[in-house]
Amino acid sequence: MSAAAPVGSPTLLRYLLRLGDLSLVLGQRLGEWVGHAPAIEEDLGLANIALDMIGQARLLLAYAGEVEGGGRGEDEIALLREHGDYLNPVLAEQPNGDFGQTIVRQVLIDAFQLELYERLASSADARLAAIAAKSVKETRYHMRYSGGWLVRLGDGTAESHARAQSALDRLWPYTVELFAEDEVDRAMADDGIAPPLAAVEAGWSARIGELLGEATLERPRDRPYTWFGKRGEHSEHLGYLLAEMQYLQRAYPGVQW
Amino acid sequence: MREDARKAAAWRALAAVEDPEIPALSIVDLGLVRGVEIQADDTLHVRLSPTYSGCPATDVIRRAVEQALGKADTGRFVVTPVLAPAWTSDWITAEGRAKLAAYGIVPPRSLASGARQGLRDDAPVACPRCRSLNSVCVSHFGSTPCKALHRCSDCLEPFEVFKCI
Repeated sequence: MSAAAPVGSPTLLRYLLRLGDLSLVLGQRLGEWVGHAPAIEEDLGLANIALDMIGQARLLLAYAGEVEGGGRGEDEIALLREHGDYLNPVLAEQPNGDFGQTIVRQVLIDAFQLELYERLASSADARLAAIAAKSVKETRYHMRYSGGWLVRLGDGTAESHARAQSALDRLWPYTVELFAEDEVDRAMADDGIAPPLAAVEAGWSARIGELLGEATLERPRDRPYTWFGKRGEHSEHLGYLLAEMQYLQRAYPGVQW
Repeated sequence: MREDARKAAAWRALAAVEDPEIPALSIVDLGLVRGVEIQADDTLHVRLSPTYSGCPATDVIRRAVEQALGKADTGRFVVTPVLAPAWTSDWITAEGRAKLAAYGIVPPRSLASGARQGLRDDAPVACPRCRSLNSVCVSHFGSTPCKALHRCSDCLEPFEVFKCI
């Protein structure tokens, strides 16, 4: 943890922002459920997952700040960047919708983080490996929660099945981005810092396929169009999310707990 | 103070720091203290392992540790977090497990049992009140990230289980 960060690698910085922003934005979305979930157990479950996500984001963004070497801390990075500087995949910022849509979004991302963190735990970057090894243990519990609910909803009543299928159809196109490799992903894989995305995709696809089968849900067809949130090109939803997330820090600059 | 006495005083101070969420346990019982050393420059170095990434108690624990060390008069000290290896519920001491059980929280199963691998590992858990194995998991996420909520189907009481992680 105290090992000096490789200051000034813009590629590593971008990669860390992608991972950190995914957790941050999804954590913020899940936090919107607090006080509104269908039952107290789900309120607690979603809030706990949100906390883990924000904790992981803190570790990743603090590291990103050190790599950047400009003295920006986790709060500044998390709360004071502009819309196009957030590098999360567009899937993470999609609205909560009903409980089914939240669960489908969660399953798709949990499986991605699980497959990714398991491999990142042996990253050539010791700090990232440590963060991943810690996070993967938490992600297994997230997967257990979201996967369990997907099966209950999909293989539940006609209404819950229809809603889960419609959420899946709506969110599926955004998953293409998770595996759309660009020069940052390639450079990270070449340096042994990140796994090749194709390996992550194979694991994700098998895991999701098995879950969908058990949930009696139909796997939507893949479409070629790709969003690029990880290059800062977002859907309109991110702006509203940021307005709420950044409000306090912008209204009271430098405020601390 | 001699080095050994200084370290022993630090350990005593740390053993009195309660976990803010489960006050029955100290941070030593939880296995959060990864090392107490005296550096070449005579600074006492305490290494702390955070539990869950998002555990709100982490900052509170760190402040409590700094306060306790200050009060114990162990000289100049630094407290640093250690991420690797990641904290595991296997590091809870035998005494810590006994205290958990006495407090009414079912201690975690060990990782060696392979629980970590199974994403749906739901082996039966004995109710801490009536010992019945006839219990169900109500939620994998209880009042804190580290605990799951169960309910006994015989005596009908709810109870908490420390998660294996």
